[in-house]
Amino acid sequence: MHELIIEPGSADRGYWRDLWRARELFQILAWRDVAVRYKQTVVGAAWALIRPFLTMVVFTAVFGHLAKLPTDGVAPYALMVYAGLLPWTFFSTAVTDAAGSLIGNANLVGKVYFPRLIVPAAAVIVALIDFLISFVVLIGLMAWYSFVPGWQILLLPAFIALAFMISFGIGVWLTALNVKYRDFRYVIPFIVQLGLYVSPVGFSSAIIPDEWRLLYSLNPLVGIIDGFRWCLLGGESVFYAPSVALSIMVTALFVWLGVRRFRRTEKTFADLI
Amino acid sequence: MSASDIAVTVEALSKRYLVGHQLGGRERYTALRDVIAREARGMARRAVDLVRGRQIVEGDEVEEFWALKDVSFEVKRGEIMGIIGRNGAGKSTLLKVLSRVTEPTEGRAVLRGRIASLLEVGTGFHPELTGRENIFLNGAVLGMTRAEVKRKFDEIVAFAEVERFLDTPVKRYSSGMYVRLAFAVAAHLEPEILVVDEVLAVGDAAFQKKCLGKMRDVASRDGRTVLFVSHSMAAIENMCDSALLLRQGRCVAHGATHTVVQEYLNAVSRITVSPLAERKDREGTGEFRIVGMALENADGSEATAFKCGAEGVLHLTIDNRAARPLRNVRVAVVIDDAAGRHVALMDTWLVGADIAELAVGRTSLRAVMPRVVLAPGRYFVTIWSAISETVVDWVKDAGAFDVEEGDYFGSGHLPPPGYGQFVLDHQFAVGEHNGNLLEWRKRKTSER
Repeated sequence: MHELIIEPGSADRGYWRDLWRARELFQILAWRDVAVRYKQTVVGAAWALIRPFLTMVVFTAVFGHLAKLPTDGVAPYALMVYAGLLPWTFFSTAVTDAAGSLIGNANLVGKVYFPRLIVPAAAVIVALIDFLISFVVLIGLMAWYSFVPGWQILLLPAFIALAFMISFGIGVWLTALNVKYRDFRYVIPFIVQLGLYVSPVGFSSAIIPDEWRLLYSLNPLVGIIDGFRWCLLGGESVFYAPSVALSIMVTALFVWLGVRRFRRTEKTFADLI
Repeated sequence: MSASDIAVTVEALSKRYLVGHQLGGRERYTALRDVIAREARGMARRAVDLVRGRQIVEGDEVEEFWALKDVSFEVKRGEIMGIIGRNGAGKSTLLKVLSRVTEPTEGRAVLRGRIASLLEVGTGFHPELTGRENIFLNGAVLGMTRAEVKRKFDEIVAFAEVERFLDTPVKRYSSGMYVRLAFAVAAHLEPEILVVDEVLAVGDAAFQKKCLGKMRDVASRDGRTVLFVSHSMAAIENMCDSALLLRQGRCVAHGATHTVVQEYLNAVSRITVSPLAERKDREGTGEFRIVGMALENADGSEATAFKCGAEGVLHLTIDNRAARPLRNVRVAVVIDDAAGRHVALMDTWLVGADIAELAVGRTSLRAVMPRVVLAPGRYFVTIWSAISETVVDWVKDAGAFDVEEGDYFGSGHLPPPGYGQFVLDHQFAVGEHNGNLLEWRKRKTSER
């Protein structure tokens, strides 16, 4: 007979076991969010293609043609922008959706027990699926420019994993803060908006002066976007190892911070929501 | 009795919340400077809380509030236990702690077996998904594996009677279908301990009966334990083997259902259970508050109960805490019976008597019933008040009153109990009339 003891602090002890037990719920929550994401929209999942594509067009026009910024090596400017937009869109969608996920599921959180970590994690998975859909545009663009990626593309999954981890880390961290302090509802869109310009999305990070490059790489997205470009656009794009290393370190830090913060406040979520 | 016969053991369970209060509802904050200063102080305090990682509590004063205090009880395997108490007595908090949604502050509970809650309508459902998809979603939310749901799928659908609408998004369902589906999933979960929090209020009578039957079945046949919260004393008495009465977070009675239900009904018999002025479980803006409620006879003397057929006066005291007189105040008194059903409504708006101007300080408001038509029994009063649709003060179960038997018709006979909730004003006419019953009636009345 399964015996369960409830007392102050009891949820902490079996946490990782509970998390494992909730894996089916995690799958089904992620599936639910994917299933309802584009319900009652006219073009449906095409939104995952339209948004990054239009952003790419505008960025290429503004940064490439008006500001006449240099591209990475020989890759067409549009392709370079899109390779940067992919991880950025993934990151911003994941973080925004994760941060609002617990509040969006308030009725569930207030009524049923399960490790809350699976809610923001499911939101990140949904963003990942959007990301995979928008990959189609990239393939189309490469065909259009007759651009063949090199062997580096084999390393792309590693960078996708890194992008996933940073989105998860920051997403979970902001989720915990957002439940407690609703100020973050106003802060998050602002961060995402600024982030687009401080990350090398519309331009190549090669234009950053060398003495600032290391400092600039403290933004974990820099290493990830550079990595994406290196994988997709080939060796012409410079591979700046310190920025990738920094990115991995900052990501690890955020995952640790995020999960720790989340775990500390998790017990009180049901009372705060 | 061996320990394995006990499904739930609860020992000194307590749950504390922090609640904030706005300081000085009576103080005047007329100067913008004061308001800004107050806001700034609050903001500074909240900023400190944020940095220290503490909870933000709205208001100027933080107070501890024990939603549950030292609650202990045991539930046997296969027993259906009813949990009763007034609003805010801690029923839902107890269920939340037992279903692990929130952690207790002190004490412990031991659950022997899997626990699942029958959720409020719509929780764990997504309106955009179809009935079929929602069965899987809700099953997972309640803790079923996909394989379990698959195995029980047909049974669930048959029980909920939604076969034809399986592939329709549930947002198109009627509320009855919604409840049926929700209950069907939970009922087939087969947990050892099932928690039911007042979900059966919705749904049609036939289905309610079916649910109650299913719960009985589950308890007696499979030896499962059910914890059942309801305001309906009838349902509690019908269903439960034992009952637990909570009052202000404490367990005040536990034992045989009938005894505990009687205790509950008796406890709220006098209007002054907890003085109205001290009640904190209010809703509304609080510009004014209903601070007193008393029964009066026609001559203004205090009464302990109303008498059926006689004049009855419900005397409310309103305290205007705003710094200015308030206009167009609407006050409504909802009368419920002991089972929680609405019986009648007295409303200033309904009779065109909203208070044009409510002076600062205390004001008396009397609801006069020229003739009390309620059948003898105990009634519960909820007071709701508003200024142009904005709720100002809303106290659920603000008090209760008794209606005693009375010679309603002046015939020397008392209406016998058990024939409805109202005494219907009526007369009888014997023989033929001259085509004008009204005339005839008038004559009869003047003769009397």
